[in-house]
This record gives sequence, structure tokens and C-alpha cells, in this order.
Amino acid sequence: MDELMLDGNAVAGLLQEVFAVEMTTAIGTCGRCGTAGPVGAVHVYRGAGIVLRCPHCGNALAKIVKRDSQVWIDFTGTRTLEVSV
Amino acid sequence: MARTALLGRLTWQLAELVDIMAETPRVKTILLDVRGWPGHRAGQHVDVRLTAEDGYQAERSYSIASAPDGTRVALTIQKLEDGEVSPYLTDELRPGDKIELRGPIGGYFVWEPSRGGPLMLVAGGSGIVPLMAIIRTRAAAGDDTETRLLYSSRTQDDVIYRGELEQLSGNGLTVVHTLTDSQPPGWTSYARRVDAEMLAEVGPRPAEQPSFYACGPTPFVEAVAEALVQLGHETRAIKTERFGPTGG
Repeated sequence: MDELMLDGNAVAGLLQEVFAVEMTTAIGTCGRCGTAGPVGAVHVYRGAGIVLRCPHCGNALAKIVKRDSQVWIDFTGTRTLEVSV
Repeated sequence: MARTALLGRLTWQLAELVDIMAETPRVKTILLDVRGWPGHRAGQHVDVRLTAEDGYQAERSYSIASAPDGTRVALTIQKLEDGEVSPYLTDELRPGDKIELRGPIGGYFVWEPSRGGPLMLVAGGSGIVPLMAIIRTRAAAGDDTETRLLYSSRTQDDVIYRGELEQLSGNGLTVVHTLTDSQPPGWTSYARRVDAEMLAEVGPRPAEQPSFYACGPTPFVEAVAEALVQLGHETRAIKTERFGPTGG
């Protein structure tokens, strides 16, 4: 267990800024283990960037780097994202 | 809830400080008036942004402490001595001053009276704040959902909202405190960290299909979530909100 670990709620503002919809209730499916769950429940690590990890297998679901007015998002680890629009 | 409330890009807006109240020696509540506030749900938070004269910006998230009340939003903030944002909010801000915020944010760690029960809230330190919004929203709605709060603080002086929690107890709400570091003379409640045994004694049984909301520092929330799963509760019934050692 890492004391620096947060959960998906911690990036709710950033994600809503990018997607313009509430994202913590969106359902993400892990690209490695296939577990599906709400974005609010993923594990979040903040460093130079932000890494979202699957709470089941630890796979990096997404990596986010924000610099000034640009946001760079790597979604390689996420199979699908189901969003209410 | 209305679909439109979910949509829309977040924008920064100015909020005016209306009042500031001391809760404990290290914790204050700031009451803000936010023009055009769309309302919020218990458990949501706001992002607060401070900008220095040289343009440097610091941004933090704070849970909303109040039940929905027009354009008024209360935030309860623990002052971190070496923090960039919290000392300003708790010590420098005066009524009439304006700060930038955006919100309400979040849809996962939220509760509404229609959710049903039983409800079990587990708070560590200032993790009580979003759970207090739940308790206040429940009370304001006249909701009598069976609700138990297990609230861990270091000492009695560190208990936030102590008087109000006492007042709101009853009508289906049970409040149980544990004081981990020191206890006043005659203390009869728990005097240790939250563990599986305590959760089993205070909380509902898995067969009652309770919903859990746990909020606090990361190690606290991890211990609570692990203990609940160990007691046979379903992972998806346990909603958590962790805050790290930084922040403030």
C-alpha cells in the first residue's frame, strides 16, 4: 500500500475539464484483466504526471500529463470507457 | 438527476467569503456565496485555485461540507502548516474576499436520500467532511435511513462537528467515536484505530446489504476497505475517498 495513492475522485475535476462530462461514474474496463468498474474507484498516483491504475490488477489504465493549457492522455491500458452523455 | 447537470465544461468562477468558523484548533469552515451555483449533491467537492502575483497557481480539492442551500457552499478545511493553500484559506481570508473555485465535481462518491439503507459511514480525521454533507442532507430531507457513523479522531479536541453530530443523533442516526491518541477521563467508547472487530460491532451485517462510504487519509481508508471485505461485504458496496499526505 502506498500512502500517496488516491482514488478517481481526485482527478474528477481534471477529467471533467477534458471530457466536459462527469467522469467518475463512467465505467472503464481494464485492458489487462478485463475488470470493469467506475472511474471514481480506480487508484490514482500523482507525480510528474498522473497515473490511473486498475484497483484489481494494478495495470496502468491511463497516464495524464498536464502542462499549461495542454493535456496529454495515454489510454493504452484501457479497453473501453462507457460514458453517460 | 437531470442529465443537463452532468454535462458542461467546468469553469472557474469567483466565490465570496461570507463567514469563517473555527471547528477545532486546526480546522475551520469557510462559508462561501457562489453566484449561479447550480446546487450540489452530498459527497461532491470543489477545486479551489489561488493565483500569486507572479502568476503561479496552486489548485486543491475540498469536499463540500454543507447540504444544498441555494448559492451557499461550506468547505471545512484542515490547516496544514507547510501547505500552499490551506493556511491562506483558514488564516488570511476575510469576509468579502473572493477566491476562484469550480464545481460541484464528482458523481461516484455521492449520496442521495433515495439510495436506501442501511448506510454506514466511516471517517478518519477530516474525512468526516463529505460524510457530514451526507448526514446534513439526510437531516434536511427528513430522511430516516438507518445510518451509522464510525468516526476516528486523535483526541476529543480534534473531533470536528462534535456538537452538531450529537444533536443530529437519533431518528435512525447512530454516531460512534473512537479516539486513537488520548481519551478524556471517563471515556467509554473505543480508544484504538478502526479495525475489523470494531466495524463488525458498529456496522450492519453483510446480509443487510449496506452501503459504505469511507473517507480519510489513504492508510486509514485502505485499512477500512480491507477489513470490510474481510467481514464479507461486497467491494462494490464500499465507496472510498482517500486523501494523501500532501494536498492542503
